[in-house]
Amino acid sequence: MANLNINFAGIKSPNPFWLASGPPTNSGYQIMKAFDQGWGGAVWKTLGVPVVNVSSRYGAINHRGNKMVGLNNIELITDRRLSDNLREMEEVKKHFPDHAVIASLMVQSKTEWHQIVKDVQNAGADGIELNFGCPHGMCERGMGSAVGQEPEVLELLTGWVMDVAKVPVIVKLTPNISDITVPAQAARRAGADAISLINTIQSLIGIDIDKFIAYPVVENHSTNGGYCGPAVKPIALNMVKNCAQNPYVQLPISGIGGIENWRDAVEFILLGSTSVQICTAVMHYGFGIIRELTAGLEQYMDSHGFATIDQFVGKALPNIKDWADLNLKYSVKASIDEDKCIGCQLCYTACEDGAHQAIDLNDDKSIRIPKINEENCVGCNLCSLICPVENCITMVRKDDGKQHITWKQRTEADNIPLIFDDELAGGLSHAVRKPIDALKK
Amino acid sequence: MDIEKNFAQIKPLMNSSEAYYESSRCLFCYDAPCTIACPTAIDIPLFIRQINSENIIGAAKTIYESNYLGNTCGKVCPTEVLCEGACVFNKLNIPAIDIGRLQNYATNNAILTKLNLVEIPDSIGKSIAIIGAGPAGISCACQLRSEGYKVDIFEARNNPSGLALHGVAPYKITNEEVLMEVEFLREQFGFNVFYNQRVENKEDMEYLESKYGAIFLGIGLGGSTAIKIRGENKQNCFGATEFIEQIKIEPIVEPFAKKVIVLGGGNTAMDVATESAKLGAEKVILAYRRTKSEMKAYYFEYDLTKDAGAESVFNVAPIEIVGKNSAEGVKFIRTETIDGKLEYISSSEFVIACDLVVKATGQVKQTSMLTNISGLKIDKSGQISVNLSSGQTSNPKYFAGGDVVNGGKEVVNAVFEGKIAGKGIHEFLCK
Repeated sequence: MANLNINFAGIKSPNPFWLASGPPTNSGYQIMKAFDQGWGGAVWKTLGVPVVNVSSRYGAINHRGNKMVGLNNIELITDRRLSDNLREMEEVKKHFPDHAVIASLMVQSKTEWHQIVKDVQNAGADGIELNFGCPHGMCERGMGSAVGQEPEVLELLTGWVMDVAKVPVIVKLTPNISDITVPAQAARRAGADAISLINTIQSLIGIDIDKFIAYPVVENHSTNGGYCGPAVKPIALNMVKNCAQNPYVQLPISGIGGIENWRDAVEFILLGSTSVQICTAVMHYGFGIIRELTAGLEQYMDSHGFATIDQFVGKALPNIKDWADLNLKYSVKASIDEDKCIGCQLCYTACEDGAHQAIDLNDDKSIRIPKINEENCVGCNLCSLICPVENCITMVRKDDGKQHITWKQRTEADNIPLIFDDELAGGLSHAVRKPIDALKK
Repeated sequence: MDIEKNFAQIKPLMNSSEAYYESSRCLFCYDAPCTIACPTAIDIPLFIRQINSENIIGAAKTIYESNYLGNTCGKVCPTEVLCEGACVFNKLNIPAIDIGRLQNYATNNAILTKLNLVEIPDSIGKSIAIIGAGPAGISCACQLRSEGYKVDIFEARNNPSGLALHGVAPYKITNEEVLMEVEFLREQFGFNVFYNQRVENKEDMEYLESKYGAIFLGIGLGGSTAIKIRGENKQNCFGATEFIEQIKIEPIVEPFAKKVIVLGGGNTAMDVATESAKLGAEKVILAYRRTKSEMKAYYFEYDLTKDAGAESVFNVAPIEIVGKNSAEGVKFIRTETIDGKLEYISSSEFVIACDLVVKATGQVKQTSMLTNISGLKIDKSGQISVNLSSGQTSNPKYFAGGDVVNGGKEVVNAVFEGKIAGKGIHEFLCK
């Protein structure tokens, strides 16, 4: 039976599922409720000098019937007094001594940093997370992502915290930067115990096209916010991977960004996260999703024979390489299962208009099952991705698996296209139709 | 028994949330099967996508561009065997997209907001007469008006829409909805309708021929056919067309008969059986001469009769309506099919008692009027022969469409044929 316990840079937790700092961790009431339902840890809504918030605060994108696949917020850090938060933190720890309570912090001066770190440690925090990521409102005051985007400042501030920290310190990184490993390395240099990523992505969620105001609307105006939710997961995964693979970072990672179910969590773990943090999914569905998260993770671990989380942290990392190291001889072609095909012909139009014209329709229009033109098929996957039927279009391997040559090797062997009309152009291997054929009805 | 509840619309109007979620499901198929299945070839994936992106005006325009009776058709079309029946989701055992109701979501909004569909060009100085303000005639009128013709419709009754009003079951569409759409179209397109104007004799025809550049015949079919058995003329023995019309025009509010026998196996018979049961008849028996699988009715129409509580007997042919002055029962004889031919089984007669008989065995053709048109070719089943791509008859000045040509199909077929004829007339007069 799988053991979900983790030890994250010295912070122990009964499972890797932590509530990320945000509206669900605004109060001791919410965190107690979450722990009671099975959450392993919680990163308290960022503490500091309390703010004053606006109304409204959130905007969302829906996608064809799915509500809130992306969420944007302009809420700031806690608007509650520090003393109230600390008192509640103490109470939570009294009831849940074995759960992870991490205090997210954001202040300005060295004095403030020293004071608040001591305060939360006294309240029983198991760890500290430095909010160097918030990309709206606070950054304009020189905090949040303003710090995360300046590695030197990040290093300095982290150093201040390390001066007085007795519990593990996690630096939360902003994705609003071209290379996330730069601030990650700064955190490492400053002596931080771990990193967490990603914070929200600076965003405008959309515009009221009749009133000409962006969302969320505050009277007649709006402002940029921070983007999160399922839509950001691919960005987060890549950044987690980048940090995990960087030899100069080498810190435990708490993965954050669009996690909604156990599969998402496993993906973050396979890329090097030891714990995962979740906020938007809880804002959407409530704390109850923990039942699905833990059950799914246990089932996964049991089916793969993983006894502990550690056994698969980073397990996918060795398989993620530079493009130049991929095998150019590997070849897959699309294959349509005619018994499963429902004749929507979306694969046809996707390939015809959006890819390589490698799917043909039957001349007899009453037969709606398209045919793959293997000669033109480049094995891009597009048809299989848009096919609405499970396992109807699959990609079938066509090479014999014996040949292996990469771009790097070809470069070294001086066997790559170099001039504009080079005969080595990859596209010469498949037919491209004449422009005028497009106008033939 | 709550008759009003029984007659609730089986395709009620969608709310905006329902329309959003339902439209989200559409796959946007290439060369979409739903459009192929639609007799008027509405670009269904397009209007669904327009609804999904909150362009409900664009959606309505897409629908009306192909089908001038978009709202009526959304409600009364047998979508189960047309667009929705063709939806690829059926092959996955996923419910087909609710296309008819999505269509109504857009068209109903267009009607209520009096959406401006088209810019009618200046008059081109030519006039067309249309006989019959049913779906075919209205559709033809809209098409001609969009080309700038003056259009006068002559309608024998005192209201428009023909069978869409008088013949369609009330739980499929309300009279108000039918009339509202025609009024919406009349305001949009500006055709004239003259009611209580039965065009019948040779003089009428000659007058129209002299005054109009072309004449469209959208006269539909006549009353119910007789089945030619003894006792057919007794009280309480009605033809289905007349029975349904009665219900539509003067809604019955109280149970009207205890035991009803409906003769026939087509969609009209199903309508009568379902309506009778919904009206509170204690027992409704659908009697058909052949086997269940030989019925011409759509399976879902038959299902409706069963849901409403009607029973069925198969392989029974009526041979007499029994009773004194009023029908008191139907004498049947059992049948069997031998080598494709229906045979009576001798000495198998029996009587089922009832207090109402409805004959849903077809409608007569209005051939007498058509014989007043010189050179008009009528086929052996009594239908006008036309060129299918122009609606033109053998008398070049006459065009025709709808039931009078197709022998009695759906509203959507009449709409399509009316439009084709509108285009055909334009082409003919432009020559």
